[in-house]
Amino acid sequence: MEHTPPPLFRTGPTPLARLMMFTLLSVTLLIADARFGYLTVLRQVTAVIIYPLQQLAAMPAAVGERISGFFVTHSALRHDNQRLTGQNLELAREAQQARALHKENAHLRGLLDARERVAAPSTAAEILYAARDPFSRKVMIDRGLRAGVAPGRPVIDHIGVLGQITRVYPWLSEVTLITDKGHLVPVLNVRTGLRSVLAGTGDDGRLELRFIPLAADFQAGDQLVTSGIDGTYPPGLPVAEVTNVERNTEYLFANITCKPLAGVNAHAQVLVLGPMPERPGRQEEQPAKAPRGKKKKS
Amino acid sequence: MTPARPMTPQELLLPVKPGFIVFTLVAALLANLLHWSGWMMWLAPDFVALIVLYWCIHEPRKMGFIAAWGLGLLMDIAEGSLFGQHALAYVILAYAGMALHRRVQRFPLVPQMLHVLPLLLFTDVVVLLVRAMAGADFPGYAYFLGSIAGAALWPVLTHLLKLPQRPRPDPDRV
Repeated sequence: MEHTPPPLFRTGPTPLARLMMFTLLSVTLLIADARFGYLTVLRQVTAVIIYPLQQLAAMPAAVGERISGFFVTHSALRHDNQRLTGQNLELAREAQQARALHKENAHLRGLLDARERVAAPSTAAEILYAARDPFSRKVMIDRGLRAGVAPGRPVIDHIGVLGQITRVYPWLSEVTLITDKGHLVPVLNVRTGLRSVLAGTGDDGRLELRFIPLAADFQAGDQLVTSGIDGTYPPGLPVAEVTNVERNTEYLFANITCKPLAGVNAHAQVLVLGPMPERPGRQEEQPAKAPRGKKKKS
Repeated sequence: MTPARPMTPQELLLPVKPGFIVFTLVAALLANLLHWSGWMMWLAPDFVALIVLYWCIHEPRKMGFIAAWGLGLLMDIAEGSLFGQHALAYVILAYAGMALHRRVQRFPLVPQMLHVLPLLLFTDVVVLLVRAMAGADFPGYAYFLGSIAGAALWPVLTHLLKLPQRPRPDPDRV
């Protein structure tokens, strides 16, 4: 099979030695990444190497989408048009109300001498693909460092909160979805005003509220919006809907499952919100015991 | 010494071009980067792992640890997993491929699959352990489907990858 004679005397280290060497190297990288979060630069350099390949691999999906987009039927378009017109009317009504409310709010805030809340600047982006890592729920979007995206920015779609940016590469960024295990969103129950923390489960359509006392007022169908106390997510964005409340007196806490409102599984356009303008507000809120006081009252 | 049963006749193949190895590795990387969704995401095998294993078994002198490790790092970035996780898996595969290459090559394709499957599953378990140590949950048994699909693809892959090495039929031969 081999046309050249095998190099008998200079084979280098044995395969086992090489295996040990590279295993050690990999484990070092793993620990440096998982425990200490170093390696940002190394990651970015590797990301630049693989970027052209990623673009190439994205082509079949893009072409397929374009082809299927070309063959949209007339009835589908008409149906869409009808739906959008209806939606537009409703939104226009809401926008008018919102304008009035905005004015009223500004007036009241002026009265209260509160800071103006400025609408955060945002960047539109598109979900490129869902990362194939089976252990986490992450997606890649097509805006990165070059577009001014930074870690920690909230990402929303047209319905609600999708997640937040966790890693940024020059042209791409990685969004950890709210369904990722270990991702937390501070939320507020719209109906009752109760604050809590919504945790991802690693399961696509399921979120849970942890450590909610049995007596707390939560019902299926309650809407949860961001409370804004973390300084990451601006307040008032829809996040999830309570689907099931299970109260078992054997446990200390109620078992509350929710479903995310945003299309966490859909290929869609998303919005990366800019940095929260009220940085000083966050420090103001931290020492104040406002949230705790509220909980005691309820 | 006579073997218990006649061995399958070995083909004489042309030497493989290094360019072809690089081409297949890049193609496998592209296949991994394709936007799999839904069930296919679980079912799609790790093509890079398969190709690395293939070349380590068939050309252990031309495919090395460094290539396997580098490819693993690239996959880690693309998948957003822990940095070094795929690198570790591919290095283990490369070693297993090199250690077993004389043995595996002797077998026909179906028993070869039975060698490949445990190797792929073993690397899956290694990755699982690494992630469990980093605090992840077990993602469900569907996690192993990719490796089973990969082993099922092995004969097809072997056939395809050997095509350019087959000598052209001699036109003068009657």
